[in-house]
Amino acid sequence: MKLPAPPRFLRPSPPRPGGGNGRTARENGGHLPAPPSTKERASEAGASAVGWLDERSGLSPFLRGFLYRKVPKGTNWYYTLGSATMFAFLSQAVTGVFLAMYYEPDPTRAYESASHITNDVFLGELVRGMHKWGSSVMIILIFLHMGRTFVFGAYKYPRELNWIIGVILLVLTLAMGLTGYLLPFDQRSFWATVVAVNINASGPIIGPYLADFLRAGAEFGGTTIPRFYAIHMLLIPVLIAALIGAHLYLVAKLGTTAPPWLKAQKKDLLKEEI
Amino acid sequence: MADSPSQNPERKSRYTSGRGIAGAFEGETVTRRRLMEGTALAVGGIASAAFGLPALGFALGPIFEDTTPTRWQGVGPEGDFNPRTYVPRVINIAPNIGDAGKTTVYVRRFNPRQDKVIKGEDPQPYVAISTRCAHLGCPVRYIQASGKFVCPCHGGIYGFQGQVEGGPPVRPLDRFYTRTSNGTVEIGDRFSVNSELRRYSPRDPSNHLDGLWQYLYPARPTT
Repeated sequence: MKLPAPPRFLRPSPPRPGGGNGRTARENGGHLPAPPSTKERASEAGASAVGWLDERSGLSPFLRGFLYRKVPKGTNWYYTLGSATMFAFLSQAVTGVFLAMYYEPDPTRAYESASHITNDVFLGELVRGMHKWGSSVMIILIFLHMGRTFVFGAYKYPRELNWIIGVILLVLTLAMGLTGYLLPFDQRSFWATVVAVNINASGPIIGPYLADFLRAGAEFGGTTIPRFYAIHMLLIPVLIAALIGAHLYLVAKLGTTAPPWLKAQKKDLLKEEI
Repeated sequence: MADSPSQNPERKSRYTSGRGIAGAFEGETVTRRRLMEGTALAVGGIASAAFGLPALGFALGPIFEDTTPTRWQGVGPEGDFNPRTYVPRVINIAPNIGDAGKTTVYVRRFNPRQDKVIKGEDPQPYVAISTRCAHLGCPVRYIQASGKFVCPCHGGIYGFQGQVEGGPPVRPLDRFYTRTSNGTVEIGDRFSVNSELRRYSPRDPSNHLDGLWQYLYPARPTT
């Protein structure tokens, strides 16, 4: 039985100048190399797809440099807190996107739609719970990561810019907590938001304007929840994602620091050598 | 002197030909490359501003427009209210959002013997005290036995006139304009008062209206 010809992308590519063993069929003793069987082609399809992507994007040297970069001696589990924070953010992003499929940002519907998610939607309680508790986890991880950076002195030259970006990320994450708190729209949400907006109003000069911006008016009104919702799910996540990119770029570019106790040892060693 | 070509002709000349740039035209002061750079940046800037500024104004609009138009709401016949104590009434301050738009006001009749009239202000026929705490906006309640307003959040205490008697609030409780129409008491717009109960445009909780502090909290542009 003759199998139909495999699709074009599964066929072996023609030899390139300078590629392969560089020998033509005549140099090979008059024999063409045996064409690979369908099974061989299929087993190589994954690798060839990766190769196709890599040849056109140059991703693998970048990824190799990023994932297999050298780290200083003494690197320990505390250095994973930043990645842990990022995964907490990714978890928030994914669960948030799916919560948005059921949530209705309207003052008369918000509470009912949130209850609907918890009580009726399949796995709704789990997804909403992950989003709710995950927010606290993310804030705790940020502070642990920040504490590690501070205690290890990893904020010093030349990494000051990364500390500054990290502080902006912290503030944005706290703003996420503030804007997300209103969305279930129960009594606690409502009054916490009233108080939080009025705390903003207590800032001198710009405070009153800031409060009116957040509330979309002088009183808590019909557009306050949509406004908080848009800030919570569009404005701040985009900023956080972009700044995480910059944060990671600087980590890859500058490398990480050794723990401070190793630096002290090195100094002693140097002294002994002299 | 600085433009004198005799000093350093490559750098000081204002003409591109004088600076030794290849392909320079006679009398040209900006290279074509530099001009194109500037043009591309300016076009990009104009294009960004063309969508960015309207969007920003759209988001900031509520600061500059009056979102709470004046409307009078009846809260009961005149006979329901007396000058000695407050009667709670619920009014709507934000339309179409259900219970979240409602607030309680404490209403009593104006009493010329205990309520002083501020010079230059027309006295309101009824005193309608807002329950929005002047600290951070929690709802205060009136305690009949002590004749005081008490806030549950941070312990603000106000006297019978709504003046601060203890806790963190920075100014007395807000009030509402009142009037009577066909024997019905009606509640109008909110106004804020300072420690002398002088009227000001409505301010947010936590905004001072006394001393030097008041200058740190500007009134709304719409008032």
